[in-house]
Amino acid sequence: MASLRDLRRRIKSVKSTQKITKAMELVAAAKMRRAQERVQAARPYSEEITNVVADLFRRSPEYKHPYLQVREVNKRLIILVTSDRGLVGALNSNNVRQALREMNESPSPASVVTIGRKGRDVMRRLRKELVADRSNLGDRPSMGDVLPAIRVAMEQYENGDVDQVDLVFARFISAGRQQATVQRVLPVEVPEATGELAADFLYEPEPKDVLDALLPRYVEAQVYQGVLENLASQQAAQMVAMRNASDNASDLITDLTLTANTVRQTTITTELMEIVGGAAALQG
Amino acid sequence: MAKLQVELVTAEGRVLSEEADFIKLPGLGGDLGVLPQHIPLLTPLRTGEVMVRNEGQEQFLFVAGGFVEVLPDRVVILADVAERAEDIDEAGAEEARRSAQEALAQEPGDPEAAVALERAMFRLRVAEVRRHPGRRERRPE
Repeated sequence: MASLRDLRRRIKSVKSTQKITKAMELVAAAKMRRAQERVQAARPYSEEITNVVADLFRRSPEYKHPYLQVREVNKRLIILVTSDRGLVGALNSNNVRQALREMNESPSPASVVTIGRKGRDVMRRLRKELVADRSNLGDRPSMGDVLPAIRVAMEQYENGDVDQVDLVFARFISAGRQQATVQRVLPVEVPEATGELAADFLYEPEPKDVLDALLPRYVEAQVYQGVLENLASQQAAQMVAMRNASDNASDLITDLTLTANTVRQTTITTELMEIVGGAAALQG
Repeated sequence: MAKLQVELVTAEGRVLSEEADFIKLPGLGGDLGVLPQHIPLLTPLRTGEVMVRNEGQEQFLFVAGGFVEVLPDRVVILADVAERAEDIDEAGAEEARRSAQEALAQEPGDPEAAVALERAMFRLRVAEVRRHPGRRERRPE
């Protein structure tokens, strides 16, 4: 059995680890709230642009922008969103697994654009075709931070290097639940239009030109929204992971304390027996 | 009189959501003045200045690229970049202007520098208009 001193040392070490995990849990909880707010803040833009695209498409359904043309899929591109750091439970491995599943469905080897270090590292290790990476964006990525990665994907699609682009990210369902999700980005799935169509709508210069300028922004907004949502998911997953770690530390401390007490008791008993034995020997 | 509900949003969030009597926008084909009951219109925006007037109070904002959707009672501006005049970092814009000018001097016709210069000039102009509401007509072009 371990010595009392070793046990006490371990208890102390587990306690200090627990302090760290507890602090990380609190930090993640606060960051999650802020990340959720940012998802909310980005919503008006993506809703408005979705409406506008849907309306425009209803007005000129015959116009086929390259982003709207469905081609035969020979090669796919996956935009994989992950976190930059670990300690987020199964979040990243779920995203990566989902991405690999999609990539294996592509007739010719799919390429990948990564946003986040964890995904990049895995893809590099697996020697996948990594066409671009945008990592270390921190907690407040701006559209400008994410844009280069999206532009690369759009270029590849325009050049015909790939025929379909999908986004893989962790959808934020609740603080306790995040879902690895695949969302098609290109060709654009025309959003369902709602509401009435105003009769005389003026497009300056032409509906076609407006759509040409709008569609890239629509794609960008979708990806950006995914990145923000993944960030909220990441903080939620970290919060849960750290809470579990703190709970496990508590269990461990209880166990170790019990063992330590047993050891202490045994030592005292042994010492007492020796004293009693010694006294008895002297008297006798 | 009827009012316009003005919404100015960027991908990062809502910048402005207010009522207005009149709004001036940098449309692709030239500046655009919008009063309530305007016919529905959708057009891209240039880099420039947005002016929102409500009950005689004027507000200025800087926008760079994007779209505007005009409806009879609502104007939705989907901007790539937008800043309220009071949020503009003038020192930063001045710095950006200087470095863009240097880049242009070294390599005339560099499109990135030209865009950067245009943005910086407009940001400075919007910021200046806020401080000197009287001096309005100096155009950077």
